[in-house]
Amino acid sequence: MERNEKMINKGEWVRIHKIILEPEERAPQVPEDTRQVPLEMWVKGYLQADAGIGDEVVIETVTGRMETGSLVEVNPAYGHSFGRFIPELLTIDRQVREIVFGGDQE
Amino acid sequence: MTQKANDYASVMGRKAEIMLKSVGIDYGKFESGSLAFDYERMMRETGYTLEEMQKIQYSVNVGNTPVLELKNITALARACAQEGKGARIFIKDEACNPSGSFKARRAANAVYHARKLGFKGVIAATSGNYGAAVASQAAINGLKCIVVQECYDSKGIGQPEIIEKARKCEALGAEVVQLSVGPELFYKFLLLLEETGYFNASLYTPFGIAGVETLGYEIAMQFREKYGRDPEAVVCTNAGGGNLTGTARGLLKAGASCRIIGASVDLEGLHMASDTAFNRKSFTTGHTGFGVPFSSWPDRSDVPRSAARPLRYMDRYVTITQGDVFYMTECLATLEGLEKGPAGNTALAAAFAIAQEMDREAMILVQETEYTGAGKHIQPQLSFARGNGIDIRFGEPDDEVPGKNIILPSHPSLIKVKEVDLDRMRKSLIKQAMKTYGVENPTDEDIRFLADETKTDTGYVKDVLDLIEKER
Repeated sequence: MERNEKMINKGEWVRIHKIILEPEERAPQVPEDTRQVPLEMWVKGYLQADAGIGDEVVIETVTGRMETGSLVEVNPAYGHSFGRFIPELLTIDRQVREIVFGGDQE
Repeated sequence: MTQKANDYASVMGRKAEIMLKSVGIDYGKFESGSLAFDYERMMRETGYTLEEMQKIQYSVNVGNTPVLELKNITALARACAQEGKGARIFIKDEACNPSGSFKARRAANAVYHARKLGFKGVIAATSGNYGAAVASQAAINGLKCIVVQECYDSKGIGQPEIIEKARKCEALGAEVVQLSVGPELFYKFLLLLEETGYFNASLYTPFGIAGVETLGYEIAMQFREKYGRDPEAVVCTNAGGGNLTGTARGLLKAGASCRIIGASVDLEGLHMASDTAFNRKSFTTGHTGFGVPFSSWPDRSDVPRSAARPLRYMDRYVTITQGDVFYMTECLATLEGLEKGPAGNTALAAAFAIAQEMDREAMILVQETEYTGAGKHIQPQLSFARGNGIDIRFGEPDDEVPGKNIILPSHPSLIKVKEVDLDRMRKSLIKQAMKTYGVENPTDEDIRFLADETKTDTGYVKDVLDLIEKER
C-alpha cells in the first residue's frame, strides 16, 4: 500500500495500538461476544525512530517503559466533549423549579 | 535471564508471587487455616491508625471536605412526601479533594505507603476516579504512576467518562494503558507489575480502605459540631465496597450509630465483561454489576483478602435507576447550583427517596460528590446513550430496562428505591466461603467469622449452614 502520510520524526509524542491477546488466547471466563474479538491496547509515548502511520514502532512512555505497537496518531487529541444537547434536561429544570420555587409570578 | 512465559495461563499462575512482591503484605499471616481470617488484625497491622491517616491525608491536601445542606432538594423531597415526612438532606462535598473525589483518601494512603516502602512507582487498575486519585497522589509524592483502564469496545469506541478519566490521569503525569473490554485487564496489570516492580495501589488493600475511615470520622465530627448530633442515616454509593466499608468503620471509630445504607445503580441484565454491552450502560461505576458481586463475595478482587467487606457494615442496600440518578444530578445543578457527578450521585438519588420515609427532624447524609466535566457529565453521558440507540424519554422509572432505555422520571415523586435482599446476599456469602475454602466442618472461629462477615450472629450462621447441608 502506498503511504501518503508524511513521516513522523523520532521523539514525537504518539499513540500506538497493539493486540495483547488474540481471540483464541482470551480468558476462559469471557462471554461469547467478547471471545470473538482480540484484547487490544492503546498507549502513548515518545517515538523511538522515524516512522509512518501504521508502521510497527517502539515508544518510550512517560514512566520510561518501552512498548511496541502499530503507530496510530501523532500528538493524540482528546475527542471527548459534552456531546449533543439533551433538551430533556431543560424540562427537568423547569419542573423542579416550579415545584420548589412556585414558578414565575409576574 | 530466562524469558518468562507471558501467555494468559502462565501469567495468572504467577499471580500470588507478583501480588506478594507488589503489595508487600503477607496475607498468610492473618489466615486461620480454615475459612476464617483475622480481618481486624489485618487492618491494624498493615494499615494505619486513624490519627496517622489524618496526618498523611492533611499533609497532601486531602480530606476536611465540607458538609453542605441541600435545602432546595430537601424542599423537593418534602413536596413529594407525606405530611410530616422528608428528612433534611446533606452531602459531603468530596469533589473538593485534589483529584475530585473521595478516592483521593484511598490513594493518599496507598501512595504514602508505597513511598515509605521505597517503591519508585505505583500502578492501579481502574477505569474510575481512583486512577486520577492515584495519579494525583503520585504527582505530589514524586512517584511514577501507571493507570490501566478498560476503555474501548471492539469497534474502538470509548466510554466518554473513561476517556475523560484517562485525560485527567495524563494531565496529572501518569501513563495510561487503555484496553478493550475484558477481565484480562488483570493479566496486563500483572505483566506491568512484573515489568516495572512498582507498587500495586490496589483499591482493596488495608491502606486504601482505611484511608476512607477519615471520611466517616469527619462526618461524625462535623455533624456534632454543626448540628449537635450524628445524622440518622448515611448513604454510600456502593461498587467495590471500599467506600461503604471505610466510611462505616470511620463512623464506628467516632462512636456514631447511624444507619449505613448502600446504593447502586440498577444495571441488571448487562454482562460486565461483554463487548457489546460495554457501551450500552451509562454508568461505569456505582452500579449493581460491581456492587452485588463484590458485596456478596468480597474476595474476588486483585488481593487475596479484600479489606472492603461491605456486608459487615450495611444495614440496608437499595438500587436506583440510571434515569433517577440523571434526574437528581440535574436537580443538584438547577436547585443547588452544584454541578457534580453523575455516578457519585447514585447515593443522592437514593437519599432523595429514603428521606421521604423519614421524619422531617431527621438528617440523612450522602457521603460523596465527584468532579464533573467533558465526557463525565449527564449531558455527554445521555448524548452518548442516545447515539448508541438507547431510548431516552420521560416516564415511569419502573419501565427502565438497562441497555435498552433510560427513563427520566416524569415527576420527582416517582423516584423510588428498590430493596436488595440482604438476607440472600448473606446466605450467598456463607455458601461461597464454604465452597472457596473447601470447608466441610466449620470451626467455632469460622462461625464467628461468618457472623461478623454478614453482620448477623452465630445462630443465624448455624441456621444457614444447616440449610446448605440439607441442600446437598
